[in-house]
Amino acid sequence: MDIKPILSALRRHKAGTVLIALQIALTLAIVCNALFIIHQRLSHLSEPTGVDEPNTFVIQNEWVGTPTSQRVDAMMQEDLRVLRLLPGVRDATASNSYPLRGGGWDDGIKLKPDQVKDTTGSAVYFGDEHFLDTLDLKLIAGRNFRPEEITAMDVRDKLAPPVMIVTKPLADKLFPDGDAVGKTIYFVGNPTTIVGEVELMQSQSVERWASAFAWRSLIVPKRLAISLGGFYIVRAQPGQLNAVMRSAPAALFKSNPRRVISDEDGVLSYAQIRDKAYESDRGMAILMGVICLVLLAITAAGIVGLTSFWVGQRRKQIGVRRALGATRQDILHYFMTENLLISCGGALMGAVLAIAINLWMVTRFEMHRLSLAYLVAGVTILLLLGQGAVLAPALRASRVPPVEATRSV
Amino acid sequence: MSGMFVHNLRLGAASLRRNVLLTALMIMSIGFGVAASMVTFAVFRAVSGDPIPQKSSQLFVPQIDNRGPQYNRRGEPPDALNYTDAMALMRAHKAPHQTMLYPVGMSVMPADAQHMPFKASGYATYGDFFSMFEVPFQYGSGWGSEQDEGRTPVAVISRSLNQKLFGGANSVGREIVMDDHPYRIVGVTENWDPKPRFYDMFSGNAYANPVQVYIPFTLAVQLKIDTYGNNNCGSDGKRGDDHEGWLRGECVWVSPWVELNTAEQVQAYRQFLDGYAKEQRDAGRFSWAPNNRLRNVHEWLDYEGAVPPESRISLTLALGFLVICLVNTIGLLLAKFMRRAPEIGVRRALGASRADIYRQFLAEAGMVGVAGGTLGVLLTAIGMLGVGLVFEPHIARLARLDASLVLLALSVAIASTVLAAFYPTWRAAQVQPAWQLKSN
Repeated sequence: MDIKPILSALRRHKAGTVLIALQIALTLAIVCNALFIIHQRLSHLSEPTGVDEPNTFVIQNEWVGTPTSQRVDAMMQEDLRVLRLLPGVRDATASNSYPLRGGGWDDGIKLKPDQVKDTTGSAVYFGDEHFLDTLDLKLIAGRNFRPEEITAMDVRDKLAPPVMIVTKPLADKLFPDGDAVGKTIYFVGNPTTIVGEVELMQSQSVERWASAFAWRSLIVPKRLAISLGGFYIVRAQPGQLNAVMRSAPAALFKSNPRRVISDEDGVLSYAQIRDKAYESDRGMAILMGVICLVLLAITAAGIVGLTSFWVGQRRKQIGVRRALGATRQDILHYFMTENLLISCGGALMGAVLAIAINLWMVTRFEMHRLSLAYLVAGVTILLLLGQGAVLAPALRASRVPPVEATRSV
Repeated sequence: MSGMFVHNLRLGAASLRRNVLLTALMIMSIGFGVAASMVTFAVFRAVSGDPIPQKSSQLFVPQIDNRGPQYNRRGEPPDALNYTDAMALMRAHKAPHQTMLYPVGMSVMPADAQHMPFKASGYATYGDFFSMFEVPFQYGSGWGSEQDEGRTPVAVISRSLNQKLFGGANSVGREIVMDDHPYRIVGVTENWDPKPRFYDMFSGNAYANPVQVYIPFTLAVQLKIDTYGNNNCGSDGKRGDDHEGWLRGECVWVSPWVELNTAEQVQAYRQFLDGYAKEQRDAGRFSWAPNNRLRNVHEWLDYEGAVPPESRISLTLALGFLVICLVNTIGLLLAKFMRRAPEIGVRRALGASRADIYRQFLAEAGMVGVAGGTLGVLLTAIGMLGVGLVFEPHIARLARLDASLVLLALSVAIASTVLAAFYPTWRAAQVQPAWQLKSN
């Protein structure tokens, strides 16, 4: 198809052409970036924690009054005994935090005692010899804690564990040669020996502040026995989660009523924990999705509207062309090609704009660079959308009878 | 003139009826654009508002660098004070009003044994807190400096905690047992819950549940009530081996606030902070030059990133969205107006001036704007119901559809439509009467 007559016709409709192209450009820029954000957030959403999530839940237990650390430790051990004996429970442990909780303890690790800057930060979890089994963490090197290694600690005591277990990402960061087990590192200024390595365990938060030490977690052989309370992590037998989530708090209250377990969020399944942790990611993905859809619909409607107007305006010319021998196919092709030309112009502008917006967001919101695939996807979507939107008015144009040439406007 | 206006409106309505699909498209385009930008704006407004407008330029957070250039974060002092510095600022008493605070969580024992104990969260602070932050009281008042100095077991509770414990009766003078210690209630606050909670950004409580109880800081430290919020120790290792060591160590956990009413006071306080840091250097505690900050509420919220990035990104995108809707409306109006070029030609030939054409077409565009704005307000209302799907509940709860938002939505819609109508109207008014008549 010769595009010369189309171009010369478009020159006579400068305003309309520019407006459609502009709209396509803006839509492309926003849709590309929105798709990119959606994909980023969704891939974030599906990151594993390392925990046996379908069967695990967490109880936040707070004590009444201000019992001493020794007293708290005794009560915690009794609670853990009660929980582990409960029908339907596979294992239970106590900790200061858990993956996706949103907050907790993180600290720096050094390889030498006189080092100034930390080699890396790490999430710090307190756990006993039941911790690995309760959270379903796979030991890939070394050993688990021994029961005699577990000691109690008050909140402001010095944290100086003789041994610790680390995750593989943390081990790889500290000892890239893969021989972390048996090595000594300096944790909070004190030497500690790595005795075990687990495959995977997420940090306590997936927010930006914790991204510097994402996946780098360590477990210290401690029970944090403090009057503020702490968390019991309970792993149920398959299929028993709901039953145990009801029976566990009841059993704890029966054994010792001087405690507070909030009705609202005192007992949370991992599904609830995950929902809460990723609330803003999910929300952002939904918002971007809705904006994309409405935007595409509005752009399509705009193209339909403006092309319909052009068809109406050019009925006479179309009639003349038909009378001079142009087929319906020719007329259809004319309008489709016209739209393609405008869309390509718009897409070109839009691609530049999309990259500009992305670069701005990279500096402003610490986002990643837009990959080319999104640009290609966005351009394809918009070209197809344009062709789809122009189809109805173009078909109408192709049905203009040759006799129209003889009518006045 | 008004007769002419009504006539223009009638003409516009007739023209809009002639092409229902195009009219509907324009109205929907404006409606969606307005709704998307208004919903995100409502959320943005909710999270970026000034929590204490009457005093935000007089309340300051002093920050003291106790880490030094090797360990501080990008040259900035930590976001809170350690106990040593907090006590030094209180003792120096260099501002007209000052307070320290940290979050506490305590178990409350209801008077009748039938009820279960529950957790109440709040703050350990000084008596100045209530006047500095203008906390409104339902009964009684805050405590004074004698109670601070005497470590007196007094408490201020919130209206909702008073409702729960005393059925809403005036409980001033009565007793509340928290963590097995009795406290005498001296005041009951009204429902006071500024969002974001500017005074406790350090512990991430910007959008936390309302505060239920306040107790004296001095007493809380004496009772060894530990912080229920953050404790940031940095990596220089000076954090102590037990509770006493922690209090003397360099971990930061106390949020400081001072009230300074004049520029001179602010200047003097800055000098005082620098002088204090120099003293600490001379005493051998710091080995670096004074590195302090004194930020007011605005600067503090900005520094702490109170507005979630989600909200900024979505506001930016929603504004882009509104622009696209406007471009769309310009295109459609242009199509609509230019289709009537012959009619304009005839009217111009019959003596209508350019101004008449302007008035006629702007009236028509204004009608589209009002319709689009109305649709926009409706869609905004529906969108507000869905805010909870997109934003976290504690933020979504803050965004409300009120009269000012409705008014804003309507004015944005009309203003943008009229703005969008100018170019098509101008084009319509340029139609040459002779040329149109000839071509017919």
